[in-house]
Amino acid sequence: MAAKEAVAMAEPKKKSVAPRADAESMAARQRDISVSEFFAKNRHLLGFDNPRKAMLTTVKEAVDNSLDACEEAGILPEIAVIVEDLEPGRPATAKSSRYRVTIIDNGPGIVRKQVENIFGRLLYGSKFHRLKMSRGQQGIGISAAGMYGLITTGRPMTIFTKPKAGQPTHHIELAMNTKTNRAEVNFDKEVKEFPPKRFRDLTPGTRALAEQGGFLTESEFPTGTSVSIELDGKYQRGRGSVDEFLELTAIANPHARFVFVPPSRVTEDEEPDVLAAAEAGAAAKATVTTETNGVIVYPRGVQELPPETKEIQPHPKGIELGILLQMLKDYELAEKGGTLYNFLQERFCRVSASTASSMCDAIGVSSRAKAGDIEPPQAEKLYKVFQESKLAPPPTDCLAPIGVRQMLAGMLKGVRAEFYAASSREAEVYRGRPFQIEAAIAFGGELPGDETARVIRFANRVPLLFQQSACSSFKAVVETAWKNYNLSQPRGTLPVGPLVIMIHMASVWVPFTSESKEAIADYDEIRKEMKLALMECGRKLGTYLRKRQKMRREGERRDVFERYIGEIAKAINAITGDDPKAIYEALLKQAKSRTAVADQLLDEDGKVVKEDLAETDDEGVLIIPDAIAPAVAAATSTPLAPLDLDGKAKAASKRGARKAAEPKAAAAPKRAAKPEPESAARTELRARAAKAAGRGKAGGEDGARLF
Amino acid sequence: MAKQKTAAATASSKKDRDAATEKKIVVLATDVAKRSLGGREPIVRVPTRAKSNTIWNKKKGILQMGDGAQERQLFNLGQAKSFMQTMLHSSSIKDLIGAEKTLSLRGMFYKGLHTVAGTKEKTFADQDESDGILEDLEVSLGALREELHIFAKKAGTMVGNITIIDSGDEIDCRRMGSGGYAIPSIVEPDVIKFKKCDAKFVLHVEKNTVWSRFNEDRFWEKHNCILTEGGGQPPRGVRRLLRRLNEELGLPVYCLLDCDPWGHYIYSVIKQGSISLAFESERLAIPEAKYLGIRASDYRACGLTDDVQIALNDTDIKRAREIAAYPWFEGHKGWQREIEGLLNNGFKMEVESLITKDISYVTETYVPERLKKKDWLD
Ligand SMILES: Nc1ncnc2c1ncn2[C@@H]1O[C@H](COP(=O)(O)OP(=O)(O)OP(=O)(O)O)[C@@H](O)[C@H]1O
Ligand SMILES: [Mg+2]
Repeated sequence: MAAKEAVAMAEPKKKSVAPRADAESMAARQRDISVSEFFAKNRHLLGFDNPRKAMLTTVKEAVDNSLDACEEAGILPEIAVIVEDLEPGRPATAKSSRYRVTIIDNGPGIVRKQVENIFGRLLYGSKFHRLKMSRGQQGIGISAAGMYGLITTGRPMTIFTKPKAGQPTHHIELAMNTKTNRAEVNFDKEVKEFPPKRFRDLTPGTRALAEQGGFLTESEFPTGTSVSIELDGKYQRGRGSVDEFLELTAIANPHARFVFVPPSRVTEDEEPDVLAAAEAGAAAKATVTTETNGVIVYPRGVQELPPETKEIQPHPKGIELGILLQMLKDYELAEKGGTLYNFLQERFCRVSASTASSMCDAIGVSSRAKAGDIEPPQAEKLYKVFQESKLAPPPTDCLAPIGVRQMLAGMLKGVRAEFYAASSREAEVYRGRPFQIEAAIAFGGELPGDETARVIRFANRVPLLFQQSACSSFKAVVETAWKNYNLSQPRGTLPVGPLVIMIHMASVWVPFTSESKEAIADYDEIRKEMKLALMECGRKLGTYLRKRQKMRREGERRDVFERYIGEIAKAINAITGDDPKAIYEALLKQAKSRTAVADQLLDEDGKVVKEDLAETDDEGVLIIPDAIAPAVAAATSTPLAPLDLDGKAKAASKRGARKAAEPKAAAAPKRAAKPEPESAARTELRARAAKAAGRGKAGGEDGARLF
Repeated sequence: MAKQKTAAATASSKKDRDAATEKKIVVLATDVAKRSLGGREPIVRVPTRAKSNTIWNKKKGILQMGDGAQERQLFNLGQAKSFMQTMLHSSSIKDLIGAEKTLSLRGMFYKGLHTVAGTKEKTFADQDESDGILEDLEVSLGALREELHIFAKKAGTMVGNITIIDSGDEIDCRRMGSGGYAIPSIVEPDVIKFKKCDAKFVLHVEKNTVWSRFNEDRFWEKHNCILTEGGGQPPRGVRRLLRRLNEELGLPVYCLLDCDPWGHYIYSVIKQGSISLAFESERLAIPEAKYLGIRASDYRACGLTDDVQIALNDTDIKRAREIAAYPWFEGHKGWQREIEGLLNNGFKMEVESLITKDISYVTETYVPERLKKKDWLD
């Protein structure tokens, strides 16, 4: 059928001859296209391709802004994400539904006169024109989300913002006019309360949490902003979901606390999801979240804000000719007759007075020459001089890496593994822009062992959830030889095993492959750094795995010995009449001391490490002994029933009895007293580990530590 | 070690021997218990049953076991289970002695078989594991298999001019019909006594088929001898009985075996002993045993045809060279020539090949002529 049609289509058709357009008639149709109109038609460019992704993008843009604002103002972020279901009675088959998404932060708030610009205009923002590390950079994010809401529901955005403690809160409702790219304010009032009280009473869960002081407590929000957008979306858990976004954001931002109130109804239909299919990979479910009546709390892992970052001037090697021309024009406008000599020093980093004068010499103009008089051919010469000059790389204090400790703390609370390693590279430069790569890995524990590794990617602390295979980081993971670190890796693919790999790129300008900020462009310099960071983590993992294998072997050895000791004691008793219990215990003692390695924890050099957690003050590696999965041990040893040496040796065989009940690691150095998956001991361990990891300076050189 | 072996043969009564064996077991177990309680590693010494630990005693003309031994350790991943099995069998044997019962190798396997307490693992995976442990125990304890109250399956036959008493029953080996007397695995004097013997020699043949040929022709009657067979390599019961007939009654032993490396090896075992049972050579080996045939030269001498040739394969050739290098064959011109003859022929011949001449050629012509001419290898 389709084939026939195709053939028919291919045949030349007689067209009705219409009068052709001429320049005049075309001119009548040629007019300004507003950016808003353009993006309204090309919403996929901004991440609003379908209802599910639109929901996620809305949350993401608002949360990014909140984190940026809090950090810039030096406030530990406290962020609530609330998704309300506005059509709870819809049929189960509905493809999408109406929701209200609200994000509330304790950031600095927004002054009244900026509200329209920020929320009602595309390409308006504070971050585009500067070289400073932040999540947002384009000035599109939140207004695009508002616009999407408006287009799909006709409803305006609702904003509450309180820019000053003790002062009133602005309550504004505004809609964007896509033709003019300007906001139209429908409602504008000053109110007292902030955050809006009604959210505390939303569900039994929010009420309970609010009563404990854990949700929108007024005193914790002296200033802040609340943004609500109504939109046609879809809420579904899994890959590329709001849940995953928050989970990963919490990992990369251990200094922030998030509370998530999901909608009352989750879309259950698992229709083949375009997103999920495109993003094939391991779905390691992992969050150290507490859940009360549906409300999910991502606790704060560390108490320090990331270090404040400095804004930098562009580096001569990092700009293009067109930009240089524009900069010259801007300088002339701003400085009226300013010299090229001054322009070079003021508008670029790493250009000293002597460099500036030698650059002027090089293009054959005097250092007195005005910036405004530089002709394009001279500018082109200057551009070439830039490329050839030997300049120091740009300063790196503009970067705020997550840091080794913070990454470990984030992974620890987000991923239930047994081994964690992190590494932070030195800052490097691509196209004149400084960047810094960090990587962390989590291995074992409750992670699924037979799936490909899960790669979690971040740019400036923002999780990247889509287009994994287009991302430089993905390529870096694939190109790393994980086999060298005792992991299996089918040719040209991700490694396989209980592994989560985290890659973070911090930069003043992250080179995304598109405006929707989903994948990092593949620059050689960037990929190389990523691979180096992964190799550092990999080496630590490899060392650990070898050690673990040894521990496991010893554990098996002990199992073998212990298995036969009872028989031997009985046989000796039958021959000589010696007390079987005494012989059993004597042999058990020998077996234990001969396989003592099984009880030890080793550091990277194979040295025995003290188990005292409190003394941990090194960084780079974390090990949760209790989480060590007993894969090998469980596979080789048959479940043990209590030994019965004429009823005398039962006490000594407790371990065997426990094994029958719960196949836990033979080699797990600290055996859990309780069989629950997350025993109290383990929770305590995590808490202490998190504390230990969170202490001290951020991102220092990484050492290795096992405890 | 080797010295202990003869003690058993000379021990007068069964009771004394049992008491001695039991004591050895208790000594072994007490040592393990002491080491365990004292925090030392429990070990059992197992003399090595390997060529490297076998000594050729030229003067006596037999193979003997050297002093080499291995320590079987509990705290060694590869040995832990055998250590446990050794202790289990030791205790089983003590039970048997106490109950005055004997068991077969298979019986011992079942006696020791159960599930290791607290696991799903069996104490013995199969009988081979159990047999190996028992062989080790023999050498470790320096006790013979029968002293451990274990018998092997019967695998030998006898007829001839002799009357014996087996466990109190008088047996006239002249009246055994076509099947013959089945030689038991334990043939020590307290089980088998020689009552009356008229025979002048023993003819031992390799296989039951050949033995039947001789028995049917009543060879033993015509030539006044004893006719035995050991089903290939003769088991210990057969070897021990041959040795007793030779030693106690002074009967020469002639062997009629196939002309191939296997036949030569059987002769070597009967005459000098085997590596695996080197510690028992003093009771089993018959240094005087003679090799009557088949000889490599018989192909021509007896005028045999191509039909009887069985080509030597590579393993045969390798085996023949190994045997030629045995110390007791090495300096023996006759044997060097014999093996060379075999290799030059390039084929093997079975005793049965003589049937191509005539059904009774072997009983009526071949053997009588050789005996008369004293044409044998020694
Ligand atoms: N919650 C908030 N609190 C304080 N200021 C905010 C908040 N949200 C947005 N802003 C301000 O509004 C500006 C515009 O935000 P918008 O999300 O549209 O762009 P952006 O974050 O600069 O870039 P991007 O398009 O990459 O997100 C920001 O630059 C910031 O200055
Ligand atoms: Mg933004």
